[in-house]
Amino acid sequence: MQWTELIIFALLFVVVTVLGFVAARWQRGSTLDHLDEWGLGGRKFGSWITWFLVGGDLYTAYTFVAVPALVFSAGATGFFALPYTVILYPIVFLPLLRMWSVSRVHGYVTPADYVRGRYGSQLLALLVAVTGIVATMPYIALQLVGLEAVLRTIGLNGSGILGHLPLLIAFIVLAVYTYQSGLRAPALIAFVKDILIYIVILVAVFYLPAKLGGWGHIVDTAKAKFDATTTNPNDGILLNSNNQLQYATLALGSALALFLYPHSLTGALASRGRNVIKRNMVALPAYSLLLGLLALLGFVAISAAAKPIVNQATGRADSNTIIPVLFDQQFPSWFAGIAFAAIGIGALVPAAIMSIAAANLWTRNIYKEFFRRDASPAQEAKQAKLASLVVKFGAVLFIILIDPQFSIDLQLIGGVIILQTLPAVAISLYTRWFHVWGLVAGWVAGMAWGFAMLYVIPNPAANKAHFGGSALALDKLSLFGWHPFSGSTVQIYVGFVALIGNLVVAAVVTWILRARKVPNGLDKTQNSDYHADEGDPRLKEVAVH
Amino acid sequence: MSEAPGKAGNGLKWNNWNLLLLVPLIMLITPLINFDGPRLLGLPFFYWSQFAFVIVGVLSVAIVYVKTRNEPVDTSAPDRLSVDDLDEGEAK
Repeated sequence: MQWTELIIFALLFVVVTVLGFVAARWQRGSTLDHLDEWGLGGRKFGSWITWFLVGGDLYTAYTFVAVPALVFSAGATGFFALPYTVILYPIVFLPLLRMWSVSRVHGYVTPADYVRGRYGSQLLALLVAVTGIVATMPYIALQLVGLEAVLRTIGLNGSGILGHLPLLIAFIVLAVYTYQSGLRAPALIAFVKDILIYIVILVAVFYLPAKLGGWGHIVDTAKAKFDATTTNPNDGILLNSNNQLQYATLALGSALALFLYPHSLTGALASRGRNVIKRNMVALPAYSLLLGLLALLGFVAISAAAKPIVNQATGRADSNTIIPVLFDQQFPSWFAGIAFAAIGIGALVPAAIMSIAAANLWTRNIYKEFFRRDASPAQEAKQAKLASLVVKFGAVLFIILIDPQFSIDLQLIGGVIILQTLPAVAISLYTRWFHVWGLVAGWVAGMAWGFAMLYVIPNPAANKAHFGGSALALDKLSLFGWHPFSGSTVQIYVGFVALIGNLVVAAVVTWILRARKVPNGLDKTQNSDYHADEGDPRLKEVAVH
Repeated sequence: MSEAPGKAGNGLKWNNWNLLLLVPLIMLITPLINFDGPRLLGLPFFYWSQFAFVIVGVLSVAIVYVKTRNEPVDTSAPDRLSVDDLDEGEAK
């Protein structure tokens, strides 16, 4: 047991817990019994709060733990996280503004709300909502993986149920203050989390290379290690001819997918106006810089000969512990304690936002749509609060009862399936050319094809025959049994391929239905709604209806 | 039904500055960056060039933000309140 680290971790955890409860009073609106208040913090966050909130939301503990772990084990391919978060903002800059405006005019809380308004289709909205919930659940579970990696490094590495107890306690506390304070809790805690993370990473990237002989030496050590091992032919400090396409399509696909995740949109919709979002699109890459630096710590871990800890619950070495182990090994224990707290709190912020986003989807697009059409705003808020509890405990059970590896697989699948909502949620912001049934057909096709491709990807290193990753060798790309790239070892990101299939099917079906003049749903939005900004009389009043 | 009344105002507003948003995508062309040298502070070109693209990305978005900031906010939707009120029952 590392007592100093544990005590510092516990102290900082208590601080954020207090903040979480106090948050209910922070910038308080007239009531918390409305989704605009509980689920979107009153829709009035300014540039700074949004920067911390969205930063805490997108750059999660899991990212901070898993990306360097990937660089540690595979090298250059793990670095895709940097281009992903660089191209993200230019890509979403314009569509996100349209989404904010139309949501603000009509009082939409979730992406499925928007789709319901844009196409008037219960089914399409339901598909978007279910996809969002299913993709978010394992993402929450992964935050727990990040938190647990830290707890186990501190020494709370028990086996069986007892080993999960610290995690359970942390999550009960989180669940209770999210229930009470809603989105204000993670928004306030994000300040603490991000400041800690910035301090830790900046110290780490300057101090560690100096201590270990400079970046040149570190990279060369990593190169020697990759050259010496033969288990993974695609590792190395540079990409090779097989994984370049995978690198680019994974970065692009991930960037396209990120703001389709309901929790990302929750952060954006909680902002006060278009200018807040614009400024954030300029300022958020500061986190990308951080993420890139952090990714390089994977090489530092190789150079420092850090060894991942064996998870007592599963009996396997958990590569996600590599960064905590590196900190533990290289830093004085008080600073390692701060670093662990940064990662641990970093898990709480996104977990809270994700559970709120999933709860909003459940409440608005399933409960209200199918069970209680006449639910009052107060009943909606109550339902969402309860749903946020269910979602979080579902995630905890996932980690406790099932192998964490399963959550990682699910998260991989989650990225592929959330991308299939792109035509309905993002493209529709610009055009209603796609027919509502074309979008449904495209979704079905993209999902089916995505799953089929993920299923055939093996991972020899982990001894798995299926769902072994998201990089598909073109050799295995099959169109109803026809292999157009037979024999090719070039890899591509499954989500990207499935999205293309989705778009083709959607376009073909749209073309047929348009030719037959089949009605294309009822659009409740106006063209001008997509440009409305704060101060506009058309904006729906917050937390009134 | 799809073309409901009140589709007033422009659906799209184009500004040529928006094209700048495409510039950061250049970093996805991996053959341009997949080299070890020249190194900077010991880091291979592959890594430091992608860090440099963070700055390219920030500049592209910042320029688009500044150059399109003074576009008039569209308020060309007169008399829409009644439509809004009619929608109320279902939309909310």
